This record gives sequence, C-alpha cells and structure tokens, in this order.
Amino acid sequence: MSNGQNETGRREMTGAEMVVQALKDNGVKHIFGYPGGAVLPIYDELFQQEEVEHILVRHEQGAGHAAEGYARSTGKAGVMLVTSGPGATNAVTPLQDALMDSIPLVCITGQVPTTLIGSDGFQECDTVGITRPCTKHNWLVKDVNDLARVLHEAFHVATTGRPGPVVVDVPKDVQFAKGIYTPPQTSPRTSYHPKVQGDLNQIKEAVDLLAAAKRPIIYSGGGVINSGLEASHLLRELVELTGAPITSTLMGLGAYPASGKNWIGMLGMHGSYEANMAMHDCDVMLCVGARFDDRITGRLNAFSPNSRKIHIDIDPSSINKNVRVDVPIVGDVGHVLEDMVRLWRATAKTDKKALHPWWEQIARWRARDSFAYTQNADIIMPQYAIERLYELTKGHDTYITTEVGQHQMWAAQHFHFDQPHRWMTSGGLGTMGYGLPAALGVQIAHPDALVIDIAGDASVQMTIQEMSAAVQHNAPIKIFILNNQYMGMVRQWQQLLHGNRLSHSYTEAMPDFVLMAQAYGCHGIRCEKPGELDDAIKEMIEVKKPVIFDCRVAALANCFPMIPSGKAHNEMLLPDEATDEAVANAIDAKGRELV
Amino acid sequence: MNAQLQPTGSAYFISKETERPEHHTLSVLVDNEPGVLARVIGLFSGRGYNIESLTVSETEHERHLSRITIVTNGTPHVLEQIKHQLERIVPVHRVVDLSVRAAELGQERPLARELALVKVSGTGDSRVEALRLAGAFRANVIDANTEHFIFEITGKVSKIEQFIAIMKPLGLVEVCRTGVAAMNRGPQGM
Repeated sequence: MSNGQNETGRREMTGAEMVVQALKDNGVKHIFGYPGGAVLPIYDELFQQEEVEHILVRHEQGAGHAAEGYARSTGKAGVMLVTSGPGATNAVTPLQDALMDSIPLVCITGQVPTTLIGSDGFQECDTVGITRPCTKHNWLVKDVNDLARVLHEAFHVATTGRPGPVVVDVPKDVQFAKGIYTPPQTSPRTSYHPKVQGDLNQIKEAVDLLAAAKRPIIYSGGGVINSGLEASHLLRELVELTGAPITSTLMGLGAYPASGKNWIGMLGMHGSYEANMAMHDCDVMLCVGARFDDRITGRLNAFSPNSRKIHIDIDPSSINKNVRVDVPIVGDVGHVLEDMVRLWRATAKTDKKALHPWWEQIARWRARDSFAYTQNADIIMPQYAIERLYELTKGHDTYITTEVGQHQMWAAQHFHFDQPHRWMTSGGLGTMGYGLPAALGVQIAHPDALVIDIAGDASVQMTIQEMSAAVQHNAPIKIFILNNQYMGMVRQWQQLLHGNRLSHSYTEAMPDFVLMAQAYGCHGIRCEKPGELDDAIKEMIEVKKPVIFDCRVAALANCFPMIPSGKAHNEMLLPDEATDEAVANAIDAKGRELV
Repeated sequence: MNAQLQPTGSAYFISKETERPEHHTLSVLVDNEPGVLARVIGLFSGRGYNIESLTVSETEHERHLSRITIVTNGTPHVLEQIKHQLERIVPVHRVVDLSVRAAELGQERPLARELALVKVSGTGDSRVEALRLAGAFRANVIDANTEHFIFEITGKVSKIEQFIAIMKPLGLVEVCRTGVAAMNRGPQGM
C-alpha cells in the first residue's frame, strides 16, 4: 500500500497491515504464534512478507514461554500472536510468568468482531478482563485509527521502566478496516514515565554506608540483567571497588561471574550456606534490582537483623514491600550503579584490609561445602549430571533454560554462569513447562548457540509438544531430563512437612523418552550409568538436531542445603545433616500446629 | 532497623499483623479510558486491600481526566503499598493520600462530603416528624406526595449515617449514596 503515504510515514492501510508494519517499525525479527479464526487477516499479511519470521508453536503457552526465552536471552521484547478465546486464555500462564519475572513480552490477540463482543460469540472471551491482572497494561482496540498508536505504546510500556507483559486485543473487523498508520513516537503518553535516575543524596548516603561497612554484602537480582549489559559491567566494577562479597537471586545469576573472586554463590531457600550466613550477619546490605522475595528472605522477622539496608529498584512499590530498608533508591539499576561507581571513585577509599575478618568468616562458612553430595559409582547423582554438563559445555556458546523443581535448584547450584542473559528460568511464578519452549525461543534468537533445557521428568511433559515446533524450525535444542520418576520437590516437601506421605508425587507410567524423541523426529539418548555419562553428553552436544536426553538419576536424592519454610537464614539444613530424622523434624512442633 | 512488615510468606507459619489499621482517603487522577476503573478496583481486590467508599467522575473534560476518590483502611505500611501499587497502573497520573497531606498541612483530616437520596413513606405523625427532622438536618425535599418524601442530604458521612438511622423508624424505604468526594483545605491543588 503505497497510496496516500506522506513524508511523516503516515499512510492508509488495513488493521492487519498495521500490525505487521508496527512489528517491523519496532525492530521485531521473530514472533511466536498460533493461527485461528480471529487472527486470520494478520496471518494473511505475515504470509505476504519476509521481514518478520513467524515461529509456529504447538500450544499458545509454548508461544509465550518461547517469546520469554527470546526476550531474556536478547534483552529485546518477545512477541507472541494468538487467536481469540482459547488462544488468549492459553497465553495467561506465560503472561503472569513474564509479569512476575519482569520480562518484556508483547502479546497480540485476535478478538471476535466488535459487533459480536459481549454476545458470547464463538471463541469469544473477555481477553482484556482476563489478562488485566496478569499484564503491565492491556488494550482493546475498537477503532483502526487507534491501532498503530496502541501497538507502539505497547512496545514502549513493555520494554521501559520495570519491563513486563502487555496485551493488545484486536477485533477481526478492525484487522480488515482501513485507517491511517502512524510511525512510532517517543514518549507516547503523559501518565507513564518511569523514573530512571536515582536520587543523588540517597546514592551518596549509600556510598558512605558501604564505605564504612565492616561486613558488607551485595545482593543482586534480575533487575541487573533487565537493565542491560552495562549494568552488569558496573556491578562488577562496584564489587571490585568495594571488595564486598556478592550473592545473587535465582533470577540474577550471571550478572556477576560465578568465577569472580568475590562470588559467594546464590542465596535463598536452596542457596549456599556462606551466602545465607553472610546475609544474616552482614552490617550493610546493598540490594541491587532484587525484591526480597519470600524464597530469598526466609522468616522475615529474623532476616538480616543487624544490617543497614540499601535497596535499588526501578519500581517504587518494591521498596519496603517485604523488608523495611534504610536507604531506598528508586531508579534504573544501570543509572544508579553508574552514579555509585563515580561517587565511590571520587569520595570513598577502599580499605580492603578492613574486610579481612569478614572474608575469613566467609571462608569458614564456605568450608562447610554446602553443595556437597555423596557420589555413587552405580547410579547417576543429579548433581553430578549437572556438574558434568557444565564441564563438558564450557567451551561452547551455551544458554541454559530450566523447568521448575529440584533439577532447577541443582542447575542453579552446580551450573555456573559468567555472563548475563545465559540463564532462563521461571523464578517468580515457578512455571513447570517453561524451559522447553523457552529453549526454543533462545535457539531462534541464537541459531548457532548450544541451548540446553535442564528439565525434570514431570515438568517437561507439560510442554513436550513443542519438540515438534523445534524440529519444524531446525532449532537443535537439547532437553536434558533428570529423570527420577518423581515430582521431586513436591516429594521433598511431603517428606519435610507431611509425614513422608507421598501423595501423588510419583509418576507410575513414564513415557519412553527415547522413543518419544524418535516419534518427534529428534535424537533420543538414554544414560543410566555414571561411567557412560560423559560420552552421552558429548553425543548430545555433537548431534545437530533436537535431542531428548533421558538421564536416569538417583530417584530419592533431595535438594540441599535448604532453609526450611519459616526458618531464618542461619537455620539452614545442610546436606550432611539431612538425615531422615533431621528431615522429618526440620519443622518444629510450633510450626506443625500451624500447618 | 528491620521491622517485620508481613507474615513469613509461608502458610506454615502465619503471624499476626501488629500495626494498627487507619482510615485514609486517596485521590487518584486517571485517564478516562475504558477499563481504568476495573484496573483500580481489581488492584484492591487482587491484593486484598479494602474499599470503604468509591467515587468516580470525569473532572477535566478537555484532558479526559477522571478523579477517583477512595476511602480505604490499612496499616501505614499497607497504605504506602496501595499508593505505590496505584501509581504503577499505566493510565494513573497521580495518587495523593489526602489524609497524609492533611497531616502535613497541620489539619486533622481532609474535607469529605457525601450526598444521599433518602426515600421515606408514611402518614400522620411519623410523616410530620420526618419532615421536621429533615429541616433540622438541612435536607431538601426533592419529591413528595401525600404518602412519601424523597430527601436530598449533603454532608459528612457521620451526618448522613445519623440521618438515615433516624429515618429508619419513620418509614425509611430506600437510600442511595454517592460515596465520598474529598479534597484538602487551603489554596493548593492535589
């Protein structure tokens, strides 16, 4: 449609054309989707162009997680396109997942024609009503002349401030209608302007606090990753300047390298003993782009009782939400860290000697070797499988996704990340079935990389159908299943809190994953012996097509160390102390009464 | 330094809130667009906050801005969260806690008024008494025949509550209330 075009890029086109044009104008190269009646005009437009590549999934949830993986591994918005009704409702899980983990996700949904809205039409649902609480913002576009503006605004809202998912619901008659397309504008609406610069007085106070600290700790989170590569560099610089130990949430792994000398491991429920003890005993805590989640803090009234706390977050509602902090700094992590580093260089002297006793204490905690496990010559220990996977993929351009459960925690403990954007996991929502489609999204963004989904046998079956999408799009993703036939984390909690009554956490009928791989046109590998593991992993890496790797691991291994629910950071259950009796009594009688 | 603000986050250990709840009045300036009220009240229900009164109307026609007045209650910590959560909503321009602002201005509370329509039916003594009391409350008669009155009354919430309570034995039929409209005293805007 070239008629009516003028110098500002305004021109007449149909709503469906506008959708595709807006994708191009917002730099979108790939979208993940599934067609249906209410999006057929948009699919027709996609068919007639080649700039935007469409990845056909097998279920809309897969499209959403794939777009999330794409977004997390690139730092750009992920885009999904689904039809009305069930297409939209199937998108709800990835939308909420993206909301909780602050992932920029643009979801375009078809809707029944405006004349049918409210009539309980075929494949109608109240998409904006259903997705209102699980998006950062959403729109129903009833006038084609609003469509271009709304689409650009959707990208702006999804990717700026605290990133998040948005939905644009486009009725079918609006897709057919002709209107005026307008190109993207900067700052399209007056009510939305996230604060990115931190308050300099607060930043100064933070630097002074850190400089005077005897037992400082830096606790970083997904906000550092979201802020971009520069934020990770600045974080590394600040750690170097302060000499402080650094720990990270599950979402923040890779922002500071695991090989860095100040790294003390992940913190939280299954974090390292030294990280949690250091959090508990520190005198100054700098929280950078994390949100004091309940998996991180343990029992709140025992959380780091003697520290002054500094909190950098772009979302004012995260400040003082769970934990009261002394120095709140609202702003983008990258901007604030830049100011902190500059101020530190100008005013503060690094006295690393003063931190010697603190580091000696941390070394004593570290000597407890809290991720240790007992090796077995006949059975593959799940931790060992991850260790070998890490060692054998070291030289590769590797991206890791996970599902949710024990395998996820073992992956976080035993796979080490030196770069941001390399680790994709469902942290906030804890979505089983996230990892496989997320791996697909990562592989589409990085076609030559080695993309591995570290999976559990239960989680992987929630979205296993996307193997078919991987085969179709030549995405050689590797699904590395730690198969113990249990929903391991559910079982672990049943052992801890429910008298070892293993209610429905065992999968009696397990599919043959190797045959399943063959059925999908993938490569299947099974490994049952520790001695054969290395060769099997090498085979997985070398095969140039999607692989399902059925790694049979010790069925009853549990994930330690652990802060039992409702306990404090310094009340961790360590692996060598986790006897059956200790596990059974980890929650005290007072706790039990409240169960 | 580290006050406990919330329960542990574990259903296995529920602890009690120790701060005392307060009543506050919030003014929320929003773009008047479809769904904006649903976003605001959905936030309250979704996060377990309370709404005691809700009033909404477009107040600036040329900019399509609506002003929502919400009376809510919660601990100071929860009230701070409500304000920040409201500010996250994309079409929300400003959130002002009028009660906090009143305190800053050295005032006890913001100005708050409500309008109610009160229908009372009856004959004889109770009818005369209803009209006499309405006069005492400065309520206007806006509709009447020989068997009923509809009174229009404006004032503080407590006054309206009292008027309704008094009308109950005198043949109260129905009540419609607008909810609270509120602003701070003094020359400054919100």
